[in-house]
Amino acid sequence: MADIVLDKVSKSFPDGTVAVQDVDLEIADGEFVILVGPSGCGKSTTLNMIAGLEDISSGELRIGGQRVNDKAPRDRDIAMVFQSYALYPNMTVRENMAFPLRLAKLDKETINQKVDEAAKVLELTALLDRKPANLSGGQRQRVAMGRAIVRQPKAFLMDEPLSNLDAKLRVQMRTVVSRLQKQLGTTTVYVTHDQTEAMTLGDRVVIMRGGAVQQVGPPQELYDHPRNLFVAGFIGSPSMNFLHAAVQDGALHTALGDVPLGDRVRRELEAADAPRELILGIRPEHFEDAELVDDDTRRRGLEFEAPAEIVESMGSDKYVYFTVEGERASAAELEELAADAGAADFAGTGGNLVTRLSAESPVAEGQSRRVWFNLEKIHLFDPATGRNLTLHEGRAAGALAD
Amino acid sequence: MSINATPAGAEVSAEAERPATVPTQRGGRRKTPLSENKKAERKLGWLLCAPAALVMVAVTAYPIIYSVWLSLQRYDLRFPDQREFIGLENYVTVLTNEFWWTAFGVTMLITVVTVAVELVLGMGLALIMHRALVGRGIVRTSALIPYGIVTVVAAFSWRYAWTPGTGYLANLFSDGAPLTERASSLAIIMLAEIWKTTPFMALLLMAGLALVPEDLLKAASTDGATAWQKFTKVMLPVMKPAILVALLFRTLDAFRVFDNIFVLTAGGNETSSVSMLAYNNLIRGLNLGIGSTMSVLIFITVAIIAFVFVKLFGTAAPGSDDGERR
Amino acid sequence: MAVETTTRAKLRWGLLDVLVVVFALIPVLWIASLSFKTPATLTDGKFIPREWTLDNYRTIFDTDQFVRALINSIGIALIATLIAVVLGAMAAYAISRLDFPGKGLLVGVSLLIAMFPQVSLVSPLFEIERQLGLFDTWPGLILPYITFALPLAIYTLSAFFKQIPWDLEKAAKMDGATQGQAFRRVIAPLAAPGLFTTAILVFIFCWNDFLFAITLTSTERARTVPVALSFFTGESQFEDPTGAICAAAVVITIPIILFVLFFQRRIVSGLTSGAVKG
Repeated sequence: MADIVLDKVSKSFPDGTVAVQDVDLEIADGEFVILVGPSGCGKSTTLNMIAGLEDISSGELRIGGQRVNDKAPRDRDIAMVFQSYALYPNMTVRENMAFPLRLAKLDKETINQKVDEAAKVLELTALLDRKPANLSGGQRQRVAMGRAIVRQPKAFLMDEPLSNLDAKLRVQMRTVVSRLQKQLGTTTVYVTHDQTEAMTLGDRVVIMRGGAVQQVGPPQELYDHPRNLFVAGFIGSPSMNFLHAAVQDGALHTALGDVPLGDRVRRELEAADAPRELILGIRPEHFEDAELVDDDTRRRGLEFEAPAEIVESMGSDKYVYFTVEGERASAAELEELAADAGAADFAGTGGNLVTRLSAESPVAEGQSRRVWFNLEKIHLFDPATGRNLTLHEGRAAGALAD
Repeated sequence: MSINATPAGAEVSAEAERPATVPTQRGGRRKTPLSENKKAERKLGWLLCAPAALVMVAVTAYPIIYSVWLSLQRYDLRFPDQREFIGLENYVTVLTNEFWWTAFGVTMLITVVTVAVELVLGMGLALIMHRALVGRGIVRTSALIPYGIVTVVAAFSWRYAWTPGTGYLANLFSDGAPLTERASSLAIIMLAEIWKTTPFMALLLMAGLALVPEDLLKAASTDGATAWQKFTKVMLPVMKPAILVALLFRTLDAFRVFDNIFVLTAGGNETSSVSMLAYNNLIRGLNLGIGSTMSVLIFITVAIIAFVFVKLFGTAAPGSDDGERR
Repeated sequence: MAVETTTRAKLRWGLLDVLVVVFALIPVLWIASLSFKTPATLTDGKFIPREWTLDNYRTIFDTDQFVRALINSIGIALIATLIAVVLGAMAAYAISRLDFPGKGLLVGVSLLIAMFPQVSLVSPLFEIERQLGLFDTWPGLILPYITFALPLAIYTLSAFFKQIPWDLEKAAKMDGATQGQAFRRVIAPLAAPGLFTTAILVFIFCWNDFLFAITLTSTERARTVPVALSFFTGESQFEDPTGAICAAAVVITIPIILFVLFFQRRIVSGLTSGAVKG
């Protein structure tokens, strides 16, 4: 058990590329921290540096208060679960799990006892004599976990451990990982590119982009109070809607109508170098069918009318896709998010609005519908810097705040 | 070396570009294997490759250059006193010699016929080895025997088979002695060659067959393609690179034909190949000058063949192996 | 109906199988048959010997000529194989795992050598080896064998090495292994089949060679079996060398048959991976 501290840790390659830049992170003893971000954001490199599989170019890494920059992986007493599981194909499950213990020169009896214990926890007892080739994906994954927990290391490092599983198994294993971590109380650093895993698993989430940390915090905080456009777009599914907005005469012109501004935001926008063009961000659940909103709530928001293109009924609620006219929001962050999602456009931009309405809404495909959205929950971003302008002392306060 | 250098050259540039593009495309997440110390990695790479490279170059490059030097001399080991530099005279001698051209013609004939037949048979064998419902293991095992067996042994087997008296084939098919006539001798040489190397061809083609996606064949079936259409329209295009590699290697290999001729006819009845001729001039004639001249000429011919193959078919250099570096 | 077609298909494939097997085995069986025939029945042209004898085998093992050649063949092929596999493994490891300038060049050079007309080396090597005193010695043959086996070894091995999940090395390090332990306990067991397969292929190549053996040797000192076989013919010490030649031929075919029987799968995968992917 130990805490892990990254102090201005950087990684640069001889050809000049910087993979990780000045990462500051304090991971408390027993904490479950998720490193998340799109491909190439430096999260795996960061993990490998903690593991000792890659050199640290500058900065300091401390595990349990001890500087370990120059220590070999074997001397750091941490275990790692790989995306490919990295099970030794020439060894049985038992031998795989016993391998780290045998290297640590434990006596046979202790080894057997520990392996049996770990196998029991992970329900691997029946598989102990099989070779990895004869296991299913989920079983292999559990063996990889078993090999990590069996020697009770100071910390677990997990590099996208669930990404090779099918969707259903992934959900299942997610709870297994979560329960295991709570049970053992071992410091864990978990890398993933899947924002759902990030939201559900960790005590705290670290969002990375281009080698730099964007925001660190508990999942809900990142969701509610994203510090910038990138975090806002990365967290949440379906993702936040982004619309182009123009500032004119103290009001905000958008495709959904003119958004009134509270004093605080207005003051911010009156500064000499304030942007004239903004990006308006609204989460899908902050829309509602205007018919279903009571008057008191109605006052806190704005209404607009748009044709519903597609209606997906989820039972509990409805996802409705509206078509809206107007200029598209554009920013480097959004393009990057689109590229990561593998789409030409980031889902939240363009002429499409994703909304999550009550199941009672009678909205139908092809029909126009009046829709309300909550002004207290919207975010405004500076397209040039990506900064969230509605954020005040770390809390997002919507457009109306005084 | 200049002609042959092309495929390697192409290879180098393709290799050199890759590391440069990786970082920009994939940003920081690429898995640079040993980034800790690039210099050490380079040094280790060179160190590990040096012995192999050294041996290969020392035993091929130096002798071939030396061979060019020898070919410009009159150098007969029976008359070592007469050794002198004579420029291109040896080349004139060889290239105006009717034996050389006969041998050249024989070699070409054997190369073209055997490679063509092997391609057809090899494709059939590859299909059998790849798709057979029953006995795939037996077929693969027995097909490997011709590949593995010592050529000289096989050649003896064929020789005895076609020798009147001893031979079952001679008794079966002909009244005379087939290995004493030119046409039948050549046919037997080619038969022996084809027997020996078809399996190798088939293995290369089978590797190509394995690359044909099963789904593609199913799709073609549902689109109403006949078996023949599936073969020509779906399998052959996918297999093209494998076929070209197989053809290239087999052509160059067939051009070197020596063992079979040596045992079957010893070059009698004008069945000498260029290799046979070069050997005779060197070992029987002890004429190093002429032998080296032939060596150089054969080298040039092979280089031209390789060059034509690569140019004509745009073969992706068969060495371009390293798709995904880790 | 369905059953019927599959039986018919099976029959058809079976027939093709038989065809291939017959085609592949006839010359081998024929020479084996000849080796068991008595001098009297040698020329009867029958495929199956009427009288069986082991005299031919006794004869060849009684002659120094064959035994010497067999020792030469085994020794030279083994040494050349060992060296070629070691050098090839080093180069292949570098090619498949390390990033260094000149890698493409090495791959290109080995490709060129794979296509190199060996007969072009016959004259210059003959002369060079005579000058260096390597002519008619084991090293004189081992050197060219290594050279021409190396491309084969490098291609096959780098194809094998690329299949090894190198994450395992990292995993072993995380599990507390030193570099040496990671190699010995995790990587080496995985690489062994590849090395073994390559060794078989290289051995077959060396075992088979005739051209170098006949030009670079002149006496029993280094003459290998294929060459010795071809010289049996002219020897007067045998009344009729046919039976002896066949017996000798069978003897040197045995290792090949054994390899093929036991390691068919590996040889196929080795040949195809080296040839197509590499």
